[in-house]
Amino acid sequence: MMDRFFSWGNRLHSGETSLPFVPKARLWLSIAAGVLVLSAVLPFFRGGFNLGIEFTGGSSFAVSNVQDTSAAIGEEAVSEVAPEAEAQLVPTSDTSVRIQTRQLSNDQMQSIADNLVAAYGVATDDVTFTYIGPTFGQDIAERMFTGLVVFIALAALVLALYFRTWKMSAAAIGGLFSVMIITVGIYSITGLNITPAAVIAFLTVLALSLYDTVVVFDKVRENTQDFQENTRMKFSELVNLAVNQTTVRSINTSVVSTLPVAAVLFIGVFVFGAATLMDIALALFIGQVVAFISSLFVASPLYALLRSREPAVREQEQRVKEARERRGLPDIPPVLFETEEQLKERGALAG
Amino acid sequence: MPETQPDDRPKAGYKGSESRPGPRFLWLGFIFVLLSGIVGSGIVWSTATPTPELALDLRGGTSIILEPQLDEGENVTPEQLNEAVAIIRQRIDSTGVSEAEINTQGGRNIVVNLPVYPDDRTRELVRASAQLRFRPVLMTGPGQPAVVQQEDPAQEQPDPSEGLSEEGQRYLEELTGGQDAEGSQEADGTEDAPAEESDPEAGGAATQVAAPQPEEGAGEGEAPPADVPGPAGQNPEGSPGEDQPAPMENPSDPSQITEELYAEYEALDCSDPENLIGGSTDDPHAPLVACSQDGSTKFILGPMEVSGATIADASFGYRVTSTGAQTNEPVVNLEFNREGTEQFREVTQRITNMQPPYNQFAIVLDGLVVSAPVSQAIITDGRAQISGSFTRDSAETLANQLKNGSLPISFQVQSEEQISPTLGADYLRSALIAGGIGLVLVIGYALLQYRTLGLLTVSSIGVVAALTYLLLLLVSWRYGYRLSLAGMAGLIIGLGAAADSFIVYFERVRDELRSGRALRSAVEVGWERARRTIYASKAVNMLAAVILYFLAVGSVRGFAFTMGLTVIVDVLIMILFTHPMFQVLARTRFFGDGHPWSGMDPRKLGVKKAAYRGALNIDLDKARTVSEKRGRGGSAKEARRRQTIVERREAAAAAARSGGGTGSGKKDGTSGNEDES
Repeated sequence: MMDRFFSWGNRLHSGETSLPFVPKARLWLSIAAGVLVLSAVLPFFRGGFNLGIEFTGGSSFAVSNVQDTSAAIGEEAVSEVAPEAEAQLVPTSDTSVRIQTRQLSNDQMQSIADNLVAAYGVATDDVTFTYIGPTFGQDIAERMFTGLVVFIALAALVLALYFRTWKMSAAAIGGLFSVMIITVGIYSITGLNITPAAVIAFLTVLALSLYDTVVVFDKVRENTQDFQENTRMKFSELVNLAVNQTTVRSINTSVVSTLPVAAVLFIGVFVFGAATLMDIALALFIGQVVAFISSLFVASPLYALLRSREPAVREQEQRVKEARERRGLPDIPPVLFETEEQLKERGALAG
Repeated sequence: MPETQPDDRPKAGYKGSESRPGPRFLWLGFIFVLLSGIVGSGIVWSTATPTPELALDLRGGTSIILEPQLDEGENVTPEQLNEAVAIIRQRIDSTGVSEAEINTQGGRNIVVNLPVYPDDRTRELVRASAQLRFRPVLMTGPGQPAVVQQEDPAQEQPDPSEGLSEEGQRYLEELTGGQDAEGSQEADGTEDAPAEESDPEAGGAATQVAAPQPEEGAGEGEAPPADVPGPAGQNPEGSPGEDQPAPMENPSDPSQITEELYAEYEALDCSDPENLIGGSTDDPHAPLVACSQDGSTKFILGPMEVSGATIADASFGYRVTSTGAQTNEPVVNLEFNREGTEQFREVTQRITNMQPPYNQFAIVLDGLVVSAPVSQAIITDGRAQISGSFTRDSAETLANQLKNGSLPISFQVQSEEQISPTLGADYLRSALIAGGIGLVLVIGYALLQYRTLGLLTVSSIGVVAALTYLLLLLVSWRYGYRLSLAGMAGLIIGLGAAADSFIVYFERVRDELRSGRALRSAVEVGWERARRTIYASKAVNMLAAVILYFLAVGSVRGFAFTMGLTVIVDVLIMILFTHPMFQVLARTRFFGDGHPWSGMDPRKLGVKKAAYRGALNIDLDKARTVSEKRGRGGSAKEARRRQTIVERREAAAAAARSGGGTGSGKKDGTSGNEDES
């Protein structure tokens, strides 16, 4: 299997096999736009985002080492003390549950904790609680938002400086936005709680997504460095080849950075629920998959599309086309180590 | 371990462009030895620990996040917040809770981390506001209860209802080195601080207050007649309490010292930390028995006369003599607002010429006396100077206390999280297991993808992990860093990100191999190119980490910290270990010849063996030797140069493959970019 992966990678690299990232740019971008709209709209049909108590304020209890994770026991234990608490119980693993309530007073929380100890027959140490004031959550949300804005602004600046072209930076940031919106969309459509830990993960995903994009764009930049002097390949073909050549790399880096996250998720689901870790891992997992797809199917096609209208690019593409016609070659990108006969053969097949 | 090059491989062309691995390994070794040395000696001779200190969520405990309760439009300055932290720390430390961590966060919040579950009293202490008040001193003595005092015990047992002031005076005279209450002292406060047993910072009588500049008339002109001797305070302007049922004539009236109050004073043991907790439970209109902040002195104080809220400003500086020359004696300058000026004038007017200790007033912060200067002049303009045996630090501390205590802030609990130790241990275990599994998966994938070369990934990750661990120990020891669950998540993710950069590098080298280079030069060129990509992506990662760190509250910071740390370590290890190691490996026959298990087998990368041999060993290396002699021009020049190399190579490749394929024209379709790859 690994050998087949290797040879696929080789064929992608030489251009023998080519995934149509740029030729079908409009298709990918339309799909992305559709998914974006869905991600932005669908959460509102579900009644908005499911914000965790860290943002809205409230009280939360975690009970570990329980025998039975059914909701009734815990919710009853809460309503005995505070009938108006609107307790909601979520099992966090086979042996632990989390109960979230409205804001409760200190005394109430203490007696609920005692009640839970009795109801579940666990040790005092197994019950922990958390209290979040309402303004604090708002404060966190504001900081997160500020952080996001600052990060995107600075990242755009850094990228523009690094690539020395605002279009690459714009395409990268465009990809970034799609990652962000789609990840948050998926997160809220599935009804998952958005906690500060999840927001950390979103920010991390954005960084990792830019990482992917930088790798791809570096290659694009390299391939297209002297594109005006190139009479053999069109600009869009050079971009497409670059994306194809980095596909294996993107797969490898994505797999490697997803593996530890998957391990955390695995541990969280099957062994033991550590809420912070789980929230981070879940958001990262979703985000990394989205980021991987986005850097290939959104950022790069977007860049090719942004530049396709430049006079220099049009001119060059025209020149290449004419050169091919002059030499009787089909209007398709050539492949490494290919003879003219092979190229013509492929052209006949394609056209 | 590195074998020499096979003979059929010319080496000439490499020498100039290749960085030598040796010095880099030396640097790496040096960093490791240095860090291990620092941390190791810290473990042996200091408080460093062989494992990073854990945060509350892994260790168990309670974390309370507080926010100041402010009115609309009010703001809290960082200084005020720091002062509040100092006050809370004083309170918590005095309750005997060890290892409490109290810090400001995000310029607005205070985080109190307690290793235990706090009782209601501790909770209250954390929240309560601190008040700064000026109270007249009625009696003072060493911090310990009478029985343990070294002074003549007889002196300490006066009948509380009579002769008290005499005893008090005598005691204070001793304490202040026999300083007399001189009515017409010069207002410039030139006397030296009296030498006495108590610590000058203790709020004993070691300090005096005077007008900051020797203003004529400030002291003398309005000084009450020097013959107002007694503590009974025949205040010529009438006492504030005159028309009230309260028995006291003015706030300095010794008759306020009731039997109970005196008993309380006698029993008070300021050496007991319990009594140094503070907390603003004192009634401003009643007398108060209080300790100095360090517990060395105790006081009976009259009711509040001036509120700390009337302090407009306080600063520390050096005393200026009447001739205008600056001395190196630290002083604290104090400025009142209009209300405070009026009140302070009244106080100084009344007490300045009284006998000790009645000529002292105490500055009480959070129920503890931070300073009790002797009034030496009547301050009419609201600008006072406290001098005495200050050090620069103690003067600064007092100035901060005066300035920031003037806005009493109480706090609201914004978030309280409580983790039991067993749960924390479980979290730690699951995080370690998750990290372990993640590591095994990454290593497994690296070996699958890169075969033997995967071992380089493994060892690099090992070095990254070791260096990160040492750095964690260092920050844990020197800067009080605590590893939290989110921090561990950052480490696990950082591990994946580190492996990412190895992949970017290795894939790059493979690209170079695909375009027909020999491994040795592929490693060099691949590194040149991968390096830029890695730096750029790591910069973006770092940016995210820094922004998260500075904007975030609570656990997020721990995450950002470890993520940023691994980014730095990762880049460092790439430069100092992974790349030089690869250079060394590329020289071995196993890797250099592209053994099928080396992970860098050109045949597996789509380069035909014949083409590889033919193109590389004969044509390409010669070509490179030539081109490298030409030196490195601009990028366009270099691209052109490569193009010619590639064309030649392709010709050779075609020749080797088909034996007949003609013309470079056929294949040069890709030559423009192919070598660029």
